[in-house]
Order: sequence, then structure tokens, then C-alpha cells
Amino acid sequence: MISNWQWDTFYDSFPIIIQGLGITLGLTIACYLFALIFGFVWPFLNRIPIKPVKWLFTWIMEFIRSTPPLVQLFFIFYALPMIPVIGFTLDPFTSAVLGLGIHFSTYIGEVYRSGIDGVDKGQWEAAKALNFSTRQKWSKIILPQAIPPTIPMLGNYLIIMFKEVPLAASIGVAGILNLANSYGSANFRYLEPLTIVALLFLVLSYPSAILINKLERKMNRRFEKGEPTANKQPAEEEKGAVSQQ
Amino acid sequence: MTEPIVSYQDVHKSFGETPVLTGIDLDIKPAEKVAVIGPSGSGKTTIIRMLMTLEQPTSGSIMVDGNYLWHMEKDGELTPANEKHLRQVRGSIGMVFQHFNLFPHMTILENCMTAPIHVQKVGKKEAKERSIEMLEKVGLNDKLDDYPNQLSGGQKQRVAMARALVMRPKIMLFDEVTSALDPELVGEVLEVIRGIAEEGDMAMVLVTHEMEFARDIADRVLFLDNGVIAEEGRPTDVLENSTNERLQNFLHRFRS
Repeated sequence: MISNWQWDTFYDSFPIIIQGLGITLGLTIACYLFALIFGFVWPFLNRIPIKPVKWLFTWIMEFIRSTPPLVQLFFIFYALPMIPVIGFTLDPFTSAVLGLGIHFSTYIGEVYRSGIDGVDKGQWEAAKALNFSTRQKWSKIILPQAIPPTIPMLGNYLIIMFKEVPLAASIGVAGILNLANSYGSANFRYLEPLTIVALLFLVLSYPSAILINKLERKMNRRFEKGEPTANKQPAEEEKGAVSQQ
Repeated sequence: MTEPIVSYQDVHKSFGETPVLTGIDLDIKPAEKVAVIGPSGSGKTTIIRMLMTLEQPTSGSIMVDGNYLWHMEKDGELTPANEKHLRQVRGSIGMVFQHFNLFPHMTILENCMTAPIHVQKVGKKEAKERSIEMLEKVGLNDKLDDYPNQLSGGQKQRVAMARALVMRPKIMLFDEVTSALDPELVGEVLEVIRGIAEEGDMAMVLVTHEMEFARDIADRVLFLDNGVIAEEGRPTDVLENSTNERLQNFLHRFRS
């Protein structure tokens, strides 16, 4: 196997493949930003107190999560333009941002939701007692407490997304995988270019994973020395005591 | 006779199928200090939580300063209050919680300043002056830049009081504010409440298990039992001379 390895091919293909790195990274960042922003929509849609509306959005979210992102990409790129009246055509990059962005936004929405649920009930009550408006309550009290603990999880999704972005090659976004593949088919050499792709992913993912690990430990420390348990108990003694009687 | 600042009229409250309050009628005069005592589960906390709009009464009405709290008057008819109306009326009420509920992501000073700035639209400078003044009153003006998790329970509760006072409420509610504290920290919190009470002009409702303190500070004591006000009157009448058997049993448990 090693005898088959050609350093010439390695050096020859490297500059070509690296050109795709900008596209791959750009696509990752664009998808991620889209997912971060759009992810906020889900927990709020799920809080709508009208049952049928809530069910509808829960079902849509479940649907997006349960279908493969590759199918969604194909649908947006190939099928969407063919739908009468509402159909429209998007370029490959935009299709990829939309497809992967929406797909990941459902996961990121779930991360946000867990953060929001983690905020102590007493905080909502204090916000009400101080007469904050709904908007202020979210922006000043709830989200500043809900989001920081989710940062490590959000970071993990950045890495996962980075590794999923090559899916966009399937609809022709010329990232590193695409360039390596074309180099391979043009020169009948796949070993070196695809090794380069793997190495590039490793070099970028691994340090990010370490960084996120550190961040996670830092967050944990912060919350360990955080409030004592007294502050975390829900103020439900009265109700609980009643039901015991 | 002065108009009451708070008035409960035949207020009922159930949680699901469980009735907690079954007909509360209660007038509180401006500047009056009312202590609410009673066994756990008797609905004492629920009474003030409804006034803070944290629980909605099942039936009956509550008036605050001449306005319906949970209703709006519209073309002579009463309709359920919307959030805008609730915000308007609840502005004159402040509350201190059993578990403090300080904002952990803000410093002590920020905890006090945030509501005046964002809710009452007070200028930053004035909000800061007001906050520092109140923190001085509770004896914590040396902790301005600390975070809540750096304070003891008693200190946290004093900050919570300063935070509520900065809003200058007409009515202050205290929900078992010493129950979550270590015994040696109870005294400092009670001292601060006493100081606030002596200043006078604010109505105060204290749900408490501190009988001695209730006797000292309150103008009137309510004994809540089985969802109604079973006994009420001046502290000495209720805490010493009452013939209500349930009340005597309840007090006896505290003395032993």
C-alpha cells in the first residue's frame, strides 16, 4: 500500500485542494450562523400556548430532524424549482446554506430550549415582581442565564457541521472534497488528494474540539461555585403541602 | 376611614382539584403591617402570590389602590386583565422571596439598578444613587461589585430587599423570607425588615413563622387555616388571648 503512495501527486494536488478550503470554511460559517439565528425560532414556536399550532411546529421540527440532510439538500436544489407556482431556483451555495442551516437549526433550537428550561423558576417570578416587560424579561434576565451554559454544546455542533458540510459537494459546491474528487478523476489518483482532505479536516476539527473541551470545563467550574441549592428550589412548597393533606 | 390600598373580595383559589383558599375577604390599609401565620399548606403564600400576579385567583376579585388587579373595566363590564393592565397595577407592589431569586449574572449593584432603569425608565445616575442608598439601608454598600454567589444567605436576602425597595412600592410582600436561612442569619434579616417597617409609609404583608417578630412588628395578625382567615386582630389578641382551638394548637407547636 505504502509503495503506491506518490509524494509527487501529494505536492501536486495540495495547492489545488487548499483552494477549496475557503469555500468549505465559508459554507460552514454561513450554515452555522443561519442555524444559530434560525434556531431561536423553534423554542419560541414551541412555547405558543395554542395546542394545534404547537403540535404543528413540533411535527415540522421532528420531520426535519428525521430526514437525512442529503435528501433535504437534493430536495431544495433539484425538486424545489419544479414545484409549480411557489417553486424557485437557488444556486448551490445558497441551497446548501438553507438546507444544512435549517437541518441544524432544529438541533440548535433544542440546545436553546434546554438552556431556557435550566433557568430557575424563581428568576421568572423575580422578573415579574420587578415588573419587567416580556421582552425585557427575555433579554435581560432569561437569555443571559440560559445561553452561556449551552456554549460548549453549541461549539460541538460547529464541529459536527464542519464535518457535514462536504455533503454540499453532492449539489456541486466546490469545497475541498469536490476539488479532491475532480483531481482524482482527472489524474486517476485518489489516495493522495483524499488523504489531504482527511488531514485538513483533522487539523481543523481536533484543535477546535480541544478548545471546546476547555470551554466546557470552564463553564462547569463557573456553575459549580454558582448559586447554592437554596436558590434552585422551585417555590412550590405551598402546593406540595396542600396535596399531601 | 381611609380607603384600603388592597382589598380581597371573596377570593377563591384552587390548584387543579385541590382548593387552597375558600373565600378570602381582606382589607389592608395604606402603611398597615399585616402578618400572616398558619400551618404549612394553609394558603398563606398563595394569598400574596396572587397579589404579586404570580397566581391567578379562581374566583373573586382583588383591588389594588382602587383598581381591579385581575380584571379590567370595559364599558362598565369586567373582563379578564391583559398583560398591559397587570403591568400597570403591579407596578405599586414589590416582593421578597423565600429563595431570594437574585439575578446570578449581575452584580449586587446591577441587581438593584436594572429594574429602575429598564422598567421605570429612571436615568442611570439616579438609579445608581437610589440603589446605593437602599444598599446602605440594608448594610451592604461595601458589596456593590460582588456577585450573589459570593454572599451569605442573609446578605442575599438583604440585597433582595434593597432590590425591591428601589422600585418604591406602596405595598411590600415578604414570603417567608427567613425560612431558607441558617438560624444565625435570621436576625440580621429581621432587623432590616424592622427598620423598613419603622419608616412607616409602605403597607407590608409578611408571611412568616417568626411569631415573636410578628407580634413586634405587625399592626394586625391573620391566622389562616383550611383556606380561610380563621382569626384576625391585634397581635396580642391573636397570639395570646385567642380561644380558637386550632390556633392554640398551632401556637403551642411553636412554643414547645
